[in-house]
Amino acid sequence: MSTVALTHAPGQSRAVPRLLIGLAFALTAIFVVAPLAFIFWRAFAEGWAVYLKNIADPLVLHAIWLTTLVAVIVVPVNIAFGIAVAWAIARFRFPGRKLLMVLIEIPFSISPIIAGICYLLLYGRQGLLGPWLAAHDLKVMFALPGIVLVTMFVTAPFVVREVLPLMQAQGSEQEQAAVTLGARGWQVFSRVTLPNIRWALLYGAVLCTARAVGEFGGVSVVSGSIRGQTNTLPLQIELMFNDLNTTGAFAAASTLTVIALVVLVVKAALESRR
Amino acid sequence: MSAAAAPIRAKRVLPGFSLSLGTTLLYVGLVILIPVVALVLKGAEIGPARFWAIVTAPRTLAALRVTLTAAAAATVFNAFYGLLMAWVLTRYDFPGKRILDALMDIPFALPTAVAGISLTALYSANGWFGAPLAGAGIELVYTLGGVILAMTFTSIPFVVRAIQPVLEDLDPALEQAAMTLGARPFAIFRRVVLPAILPAWLAGSTVAFARSLGEFGAVVFIAGNLPFKTEIAALLAFIRLEEYDYQGAAAIALVLLLFALILLVVSNLIQFRAARHLEAR
Repeated sequence: MSTVALTHAPGQSRAVPRLLIGLAFALTAIFVVAPLAFIFWRAFAEGWAVYLKNIADPLVLHAIWLTTLVAVIVVPVNIAFGIAVAWAIARFRFPGRKLLMVLIEIPFSISPIIAGICYLLLYGRQGLLGPWLAAHDLKVMFALPGIVLVTMFVTAPFVVREVLPLMQAQGSEQEQAAVTLGARGWQVFSRVTLPNIRWALLYGAVLCTARAVGEFGGVSVVSGSIRGQTNTLPLQIELMFNDLNTTGAFAAASTLTVIALVVLVVKAALESRR
Repeated sequence: MSAAAAPIRAKRVLPGFSLSLGTTLLYVGLVILIPVVALVLKGAEIGPARFWAIVTAPRTLAALRVTLTAAAAATVFNAFYGLLMAWVLTRYDFPGKRILDALMDIPFALPTAVAGISLTALYSANGWFGAPLAGAGIELVYTLGGVILAMTFTSIPFVVRAIQPVLEDLDPALEQAAMTLGARPFAIFRRVVLPAILPAWLAGSTVAFARSLGEFGAVVFIAGNLPFKTEIAALLAFIRLEEYDYQGAAAIALVLLLFALILLVVSNLIQFRAARHLEAR
């Protein structure tokens, strides 16, 4: 089937579509593919042995562990949040529904640096809750809770964005039928809603994971970048790059890039199911 | 409209309203709203005179100018690149289309710091692109061009993903009818396609611009961060924090927050008005 034939009558020149497709490929190769490919090329520039040595660096391993820990906490919370938001907004009408949709987009449009500053001004020593936290000997900033909170903030919209439009488009007839037939709340969700949204949910979760492990700006404000303690993988990459350990930085970066490639694969699988 | 009536009936039938809305409000409140309110409250402590002094200091103004200029340039590029990609991906069939479509999400998925070091090395004097460009006398690393490049990369998906669904829904029969009536390709685009996609195009570009204004990870590596030349506002706020100048950081962050909120409202208004216009038709 050719959509080209659909929009362009027989006999009309196919030069314009060809030109546009060629231009699309060329620009994408320059602006998207090249930066992606360069990461692996540079990571392996000095061979496998050096690559493995760079990954096995104790500071890199610790950063990988910390980053994984943050993602393991943040992603399930944001999946649950994403489903709750999508269910509330797509299935019910209530005052302030539009406002809520705008509020959820805030983390998308504000700088992660601002997110970090917001959290610092709330939980930091100079912050609104600072004196109370200090009195109770609770440490949020420059520690794991701060990193987790900022990452949650930055990645909050990702699952919602994928699931909400789909649930709105699908409508609620099937769910209503299930309720009419006597299904209970969780049965409706797990037997009707979940199978309908699972691919979008998976894609949102993968995007959320990619963003969570890659969060840089917000985390650099709240982590304090303590080597071997609160350095997440992106911060460790920054450190190595600035120390002119370029090959090491790209080796560490390649592990994060793999997650971006998983996003590609899941997205392609998702498209083929439509 | 029946779609508007259905959820009201659903409210009586479907369970989970208080649970889902309660979870949503709790999370939005704790994770998103309260920290933002903390910034506003702390910012209010600064006082108008001091706030004005921080914001109009030469270095702050220079950083804001660099940020706005680079973000505008990146947005203009992405507005046309995104339009091209959306058009090609929805109107033509060709081998590799699915991959090309998936590649549009890479800037979303690739950690910004990783993108930052990759772009820096790629365009530095011994990188794949940097070497030939240097031969032509063009330098991007540690210049405004580098800042634009980094912002362009991270905001690529926004315009494409905004226009794509609209173009998919736009009936090709309209374009065919125009063509049958003798309209030339450019006239068809301007009279038939453009009015339909304009709200999505503007909204997508607005979000791309907002994202570029706040971009940090990708920019700091390639910018070189020379004050008055390539230092962006988000970085200046970060530097003020490292100097323990919390008021300075809060004031700059507030300005960026204000820009972001205005752009968020603008993009939502564009989409909202477009939706109402469609319903009215």
